[in-house]
Amino acid sequence: MEQLFDVQQYIGWVYPNETVFPWGVLIVVYPYLTGLVAGAFTVSSLYQVFGIERLKPVAHFALLASLCMMLFVPSPLLLHLGHPERAFNAILTPHTTSAMAMFSFAAMFYVFLLAIETWFVFRKYIVEQAQIRTGIMGLAYRVMTLGSYDVSERAMRADRKWIFALAILGIPGAHGLHGYVGFLFGSVKAREWWSSDLMPPIFLFSAIISGTALLNVLYVLSCWFRRVKVDILCLKTMAYSLWGFLMFALLLEGVEIVCLMYRGREGIDMIMQYITGPAYYPFLILQLAIGAGVPILILSFVFWRGITGNALVTAILISSALVMMEVFMMRWNVVIGGQEISKTGKGLLTYAMEYHGKEGVFAAASVLIMPMLLLLVVLRILPPWEDGKASH
Amino acid sequence: MEDEIDKDKLVGRREILGMLGKTGAAIAALLGGGEVAQAVVAQAQASETPAGAVTADPGPVPGYDWTKHKYAFGVDATRCIGCLRCAVAGKLENNVAFDPHHFRTWVERYGTVDGGETLIDSQNDEGNIKAAGRPDNYRFDDRYADANVTKAFFVPKLCNHCTRPACVQVCPTGATYKTEDGAVLIDHEYCIGCRYCIQACPYGARFFNEEKQVTDKCTWCYHRITKGLNPACVEVCPASARIFGDLKAPQSAIKDFIRDNRIQVLRPDTGNGPNVFYIGIDKEVL
Repeated sequence: MEQLFDVQQYIGWVYPNETVFPWGVLIVVYPYLTGLVAGAFTVSSLYQVFGIERLKPVAHFALLASLCMMLFVPSPLLLHLGHPERAFNAILTPHTTSAMAMFSFAAMFYVFLLAIETWFVFRKYIVEQAQIRTGIMGLAYRVMTLGSYDVSERAMRADRKWIFALAILGIPGAHGLHGYVGFLFGSVKAREWWSSDLMPPIFLFSAIISGTALLNVLYVLSCWFRRVKVDILCLKTMAYSLWGFLMFALLLEGVEIVCLMYRGREGIDMIMQYITGPAYYPFLILQLAIGAGVPILILSFVFWRGITGNALVTAILISSALVMMEVFMMRWNVVIGGQEISKTGKGLLTYAMEYHGKEGVFAAASVLIMPMLLLLVVLRILPPWEDGKASH
Repeated sequence: MEDEIDKDKLVGRREILGMLGKTGAAIAALLGGGEVAQAVVAQAQASETPAGAVTADPGPVPGYDWTKHKYAFGVDATRCIGCLRCAVAGKLENNVAFDPHHFRTWVERYGTVDGGETLIDSQNDEGNIKAAGRPDNYRFDDRYADANVTKAFFVPKLCNHCTRPACVQVCPTGATYKTEDGAVLIDHEYCIGCRYCIQACPYGARFFNEEKQVTDKCTWCYHRITKGLNPACVEVCPASARIFGDLKAPQSAIKDFIRDNRIQVLRPDTGNGPNVFYIGIDKEVL
């Protein structure tokens, strides 16, 4: 008979149901993806709402990246569900006390908001293409115009107002969405590792840094591929915001863990054993030291020394890649770590990753790669590049 | 007493139905309707089906009014002998997979050797799995046979059917719900299998049913209690460590249990309001 479940190893005393982990690597990927969405949107908003002109070269790109990833946010959840065909039960007959059910409405609202804002941002381009292109692409652009061909100055002014309003609405939308993800974990009182009021802000700030870091990486890579000079000022502005938000994120993560240790409630001995034992590398080394500490040091150094040119680009690229790893490890340590510490407070479990199958590593990796492939296609349809147009 | 009378009545009714079924089968066989006879025999047998056999959903119990009952469960840990018949009965009665990680109820063993740290184990412990020998058999191994045990006791555990259940609070579809008569149930036709409820339950009472791809747990044998019967685990307990009854009945075993003892609940700090009441547990029991 096919094995239906994996039994995890443990030490100490764990409840009989804990040897089968309810949530695996897909639930690690899910908050990671929503975080990237919120973070990328933040960069776009810094330009659209706060008028940081130096971010113009990436503002529209950030919006597209956010949209492409958001479209894949439900996929890890659907892969995880025992009955994905019933997923709409949560929307058709939502249970109002459930954070998860309410989350689906917040997510839907945000998808629509993103799609509408993207449409307004690219409307002029869509109309132009609809008029000059023929064939299937011409038809596609004509459909995308939604019948609106008015690109007069008056119409453009109205569009800009809409973009501004949607971007403003998007800030609580994107950040509320990700704060909500933190709430999904922070509100679970059964797990000491999760049950913290700081969870929503921790998720929020880690979301912002992961999205900004992703944009840094994608922007530099896109410049290399397009053989365009990297806009140093734009990249440096993103790196500044990454550095600032990273400080906050690290501070919050630090405060959370110190509070947990200092409170020292029942089960703290096991948590300490976990942090100094199985979580030593994933949590202390990879997440906090290499993932957060090293990028802060690198970025502080390059800003302090006023380093510029290729050295700056390389430093930002490395820091951003490390931050993306930091946030992934943070998701991992929350989701998997929470389940590795038994609810009894008297035992620890070890999660053995599954590789194949719908909840395996390959499925999770696909969920992360798919939005990038979609983004590649979307970039061809709606080119967002504004190289050299930033006002320095 | 009323519980008892009701039960007797029901058993009597079932016997009569069984007899009628058999008579029908005999008549049908005499008339030569082979298939009809087989069907009627099968039906008659189904009415006497022992616990554990899979039967079709019998539907609501006619005349049962859930507003007239409020069930509760008692555990007298001082009486539990750790025979684990309750764990087996819960599985047989409810068609639960026969492995140590899926269960309706379980028993924990607490042991202190030489006055040291209290050690805890249960059916999922490797030593106990080995001692059981086969998957449908549960037993505690004899690891303490030669030790100087200074304190030892068993604690039966099951879903607490809480008054403010965290599992119900987090369920995105309302597939798990609190009934008027006090049980927390799961609609297997509506559950999407997100497993958030498993995370939210502080007692470890829920598990994922991989075969059905939905969450599963103890129902206090809802199909039995609504007929006036006891849950299977209560029925088989040879030590009367498990007590069940209706708080709204004029007299019931659980009312006596709550009245006569100073009772405790597990993890009261969670605010879940458990409805499984314990006596004879120690400070380590969570």
